Parts: sequence; C-alpha cells; structure tokens
Amino acid sequence: MPGQADLARVDVSGVKRVINVGLLSDEPPAPGDWVLIHVGFALSKIDEEEAASALAFLEGIGQAYADELSALAESRIE
Amino acid sequence: MRFVDEFRDGEKARALAAKIAALCEPGRQYKLMEVCGGHTHTIYKHGLEDYLPEQITLVHGPGCPVCVIPMGRVDDAMALAAEPDVVMTSFGDMMRVPGSNGSFFDAKARGTDIRMVYSPLDSLKIARQNPDKRVVFMAIGFETTAPSTAMTMLRAAAEGLTNFSVFCNHVTIIPAIKAILDSPDLRLDGFIGPGHVSTVIGCRPYEFIARDYGKPVVVAGFEPLDILQSIYLLMLQLSAGRAEVENQYSRAVPWDGNAVALRAIGQTMELRPYFEWRGLGFISHSALKVRQDYAAFDAEVLFQVPGVRVADPKACQCGEVLKGVLKPWECKVFGTACTPETPIGTCMVSPEGACAAYYNYGRLTRTRVAAAGGARS
Repeated sequence: MPGQADLARVDVSGVKRVINVGLLSDEPPAPGDWVLIHVGFALSKIDEEEAASALAFLEGIGQAYADELSALAESRIE
Repeated sequence: MRFVDEFRDGEKARALAAKIAALCEPGRQYKLMEVCGGHTHTIYKHGLEDYLPEQITLVHGPGCPVCVIPMGRVDDAMALAAEPDVVMTSFGDMMRVPGSNGSFFDAKARGTDIRMVYSPLDSLKIARQNPDKRVVFMAIGFETTAPSTAMTMLRAAAEGLTNFSVFCNHVTIIPAIKAILDSPDLRLDGFIGPGHVSTVIGCRPYEFIARDYGKPVVVAGFEPLDILQSIYLLMLQLSAGRAEVENQYSRAVPWDGNAVALRAIGQTMELRPYFEWRGLGFISHSALKVRQDYAAFDAEVLFQVPGVRVADPKACQCGEVLKGVLKPWECKVFGTACTPETPIGTCMVSPEGACAAYYNYGRLTRTRVAAAGGARS
C-alpha cells in the first residue's frame, strides 16, 4: 500500500482486506501474487511452478488409474 | 479458489488410495501420525480415513495450539484479565478453553473486558485507541503464529507504545515430536509433517527423525489430495525401507523456511528452560518467552502472574488423545459430558482438536459403518 510498504491489500475469496507482508521482506510479493495468510500476516508466497508440478503428479496418477479402469472394463475373461 | 479446488478431486483421491493400498505389505499394520491439528481437521472433514486400507491407522498428534495449553495457564490469563484497566485480547478458539473457573467467554459474560481478535495487530490497534487501558495479547500457537506476535512487538516498540503487552504461550513443535518419539506408549511408522509450521522453520529441523529414529517424514499441505499424496510418499519410503524428509507442500514451504520470520522470533523471544504442556507434561526448551530487551512488552514482567498449576479434570483424557494413544471416541466423556458446546478438555474446543473434528465430522460415519456390520477403528 502507498506509503506503507509492510501492508498489502488482498482478496480472500472475494473479501478484500489489508494484511501485513513484513515477513516476506526478503522477497516482497508483487500485485497478482498468491500468498499464504495466517492471523493477518503473509507467511509465504505460493510458488506457481511447484503447485503445477504437484498437480502434474496427481494428473499422472489419475490417468494411470483411469487407464487401468478402462482396461478392466474392456477385459473379457472367459 | 485457485490452489485449493484442484487439490480436492474425488477421482484423483481414489487413484491415490489404490496406489497406497498396493504398497501395503500383507499382514503389516502402519501407524502414521499427522502432527498438525489442521491436518486432523481435513482428514475428518473429508472422510479421508474411508479412502485408506484397514492396515493404515492415522494417529492424531499434538499440533493444535489451544489443545496443548494447560489449565493453569488459562487461570493465569484470567488473573491478568482481572487486573485494573486491563483489556485482554485473544484469538477466537482460545475464548472457549475452560480454566478452573470457566472460559474467557464466561469471564466476559461476567463483565471482564476480554475481546476477540483475528490478528495480534488488532490488539495493537485497540491499544492505540485506548491509551488509558493496558492491552494484553494472549499469545498462543506454534512457530506458525510466533512470527506474527514477534512482528507485533517490534511494531509496538517502533511506535513507542507503552500500554501493550504479550502474555507469551508460544510453543515449539520439535520438542513435542521428540517427546512423542521417546514415549514408550506409541510405535509410529512415519510422520505427516506440519505444513504451516514448516513455512517458518523449513524442513531441516525434521532431519533428526529420519536420521536418529529411522522414520520417514513428509511435510504436507492441507487439502485432501495433499494428505493422500503425503501418505503415498510415506508408504513408498516404507516399502523401500527408506527414511527421509520429503516436502509435498513445496508450493508453500521453502526447504529452508522463512528467514525473516525466524529472525523476528529470535530478536524478541527466547526459549524457556521448560514449559508445561497439557497431556505431555513438562518438556524442556519447548516454549518461548519474551526476551529481556522487550520486557516492556512482557505481561509476565509487567503483572503479577500467579503461576497456577491445575491438574486436568479427572474425566478428561486429552493427554492420551494428544499423544495419539487414545482415539477421541475412546475417552469416557466424549460426546456425552464433553461436546464442542460444553467442552471439558481442550481437544473438544478447537476445530483443530482431534475430538472436535471427530465429533463434527466422524462420529456419524462410524455409527453408520458399525450398523452396516463394518469394524473400522
């Protein structure tokens, strides 16, 4: 926020409020960044790449499971 | 919401559950402890135990901030609140914790000036607006919350406030984990590591668990898929005979934690020689107090704190629940004399407490499964 470098305006599921970002002063967040908030303070920045790789892992597992299910459905043991 | 909804997909949960089941060795039982109360809450809320094979038991750990506060500390806080001109400020979940003469809410109803705050910065604001009052912040919580209290004290010092102080009850997670590892009652196979604490302390402090105790640790996020993936990673380690620290929650937890937060804690607080934990007893170097340089903001210096020690109510078995020795429903008063509306023990107070989480989300499922002839425990 202008004039107050340790405060930032955030949107939490549509609710706008001001939080303290002093704990991220080593790597201050930029507008548009996602942060983890606890009792009015931002504790860490959400790392988009890490989130994407976690999701990729989950997608991979989901796909393998879907493949197995469809293989099972197609299997005709007689 | 982004970074939340994607981690709640039921299909993927079933896929992970199948992977987990495939890793179970026949005849072997696995006990995994989720250290953090936030995880306990997610596990019950989303019924994650129902996804897991019978062989895996989740044991609920001590990482619930209000649960570990002993009754004597609540009584001490009440004594502070009753001092002339004092405004006691507290987080919401602490308001309902019973002391020997009722909770903060009860005292508030009797006319004591106790106010609920969302952040310690709200307490600071109350202090600024009421220069004729002495505002005390009831500080509780692990390393997740301690930096916020530290930053608030630093700010109070910078502003030169003289009517704000902290009643410091911050605790540290590692000594509690160590106490559980050294407890003969419990044999655990691995740990689901606390996610939010780790945003501050990082992952290195858990290395002794893998190195000295030979047990795997996976630091986990708080969505259902985060927890299932962490269990999968633990099972992968166990099936390969590995014991390492892994970070499943890397989107929020840097391996080395938050240096600014650790500096703020170190600047304003230091370790107490020992501290009493509900259920776990006295644990050395397990809690923080305000440093002498900041004594002007230390309620324990500014006021006479009685230092009350009170035994937990006889019927309450929070101690055993906190150590994971007892399941919530095995406590004699669970759901009868002790409910979230009229809690006897702390585990029934906080939404992060195992008893409250189980009461709110789990107990009906259990009855239903039992009625259907199942025997989940």
